[in-house]
Amino acid sequence: MGLSKEFTKGLWNELPPFRLVLGLCPVLAVTKSAETGLGMGLAVIFVLTCSNMLVSSLRNVIPRKVRIASFIVIIATFVVVVELTAQAFFYPIYEKLGIFIPLIVVNCIILGRAEAFASRNGVIPSALDGLGIGTGFTLSLTVLGGIREILGNGTIFGAEIMWSSFRPFTFMVEAPGAFLSLGLLLGIMNAFSKSN
Amino acid sequence: MEYIVLIISAVLIKNILLAEYLGNCPFLGTSKRMDTAVGMGLSVIFVMTIATAVTYWVQYKVLNPLGLGYLQTIAFILVIAALVQFVEMFLRKFAPPLYQALGIFLPLITTNCAVLGTAILCIRREQTFPEAIVFAIASASGFTLALILLAGIRERLEISDVPKALRGTAIGLIMAGLMSLAFFGFVGVDGSLKALLHN
Repeated sequence: MGLSKEFTKGLWNELPPFRLVLGLCPVLAVTKSAETGLGMGLAVIFVLTCSNMLVSSLRNVIPRKVRIASFIVIIATFVVVVELTAQAFFYPIYEKLGIFIPLIVVNCIILGRAEAFASRNGVIPSALDGLGIGTGFTLSLTVLGGIREILGNGTIFGAEIMWSSFRPFTFMVEAPGAFLSLGLLLGIMNAFSKSN
Repeated sequence: MEYIVLIISAVLIKNILLAEYLGNCPFLGTSKRMDTAVGMGLSVIFVMTIATAVTYWVQYKVLNPLGLGYLQTIAFILVIAALVQFVEMFLRKFAPPLYQALGIFLPLITTNCAVLGTAILCIRREQTFPEAIVFAIASASGFTLALILLAGIRERLEISDVPKALRGTAIGLIMAGLMSLAFFGFVGVDGSLKALLHN
């Protein structure tokens, strides 16, 4: 029960990026389509889970004063692993995500979880926390990417779903659409949780 | 003359916040009040210029000759973190008034993806050293411009009647979206400027 809570809290109570308003840049940038959102989310799950596990297993070894720098090195290591793997095996998605793969290093969610959770808890809860928050992040990115792709392009995961006379709102796949749809989704989430 | 196109493109057309999606956490975090927005903007101009110069040197004089290009991400983030720390100590010692004004923003800049992003973009676009510096200053100025504009809007929003669910970050994001729509009007200006310069 206690352990499953570490996983499920990332799916609603602390759902990033809506509840924890952190790590917004990749959220805005890679949600042009559901596919890129999902790809980014999977990369973040991997980095977050691995870095949480390593940080928590080293938490008694790392001196407090240099902990942030150590966390950043740990995170950067896993990001390089993801970067090289994506370049070798998933080149089309690597091309689309572009600069935002190296920028996972400075995604505040990952550093935030290392500092707020993994540096204070055991390896297994930390791994579950990473998996949960990462899954929540992936779901949010995929949903946001899906909405923008449907409205801005009339497709989902590249498949046509809208009627043939549908004129896509091109601005939805550009920057203004990213800000607007994230802001409105955040408002809807707020309205929903207040009525509960 | 090429530099003018580069500057206009980085400040207005490909604004780092509104079109390139970099540095959005401080954008929303420090835009609630005008004085914090100005402080953050100035710190970013300062750090981004130095960081781009140093990481450029690291890439071409250290990583490339040693064949360590794959360490770019780790090397850059460490260089930026160390640099920010150094700038902070230097300002505290030698320019206390400036430290008073910028001090609290400096640690936040380490995890500002705009700084790391600009440094990596300069390398990926294979810019020359002067181009990289001009690009960094222009990008940071674009960041400051957008941040100050949004802070002005959000200060007014404080006294207006916003629906409860949208208060705070949500309305900030929607405002940023509208601003980005306005900046969309500049698309194509660089192309016509270039054509003008070549005639």
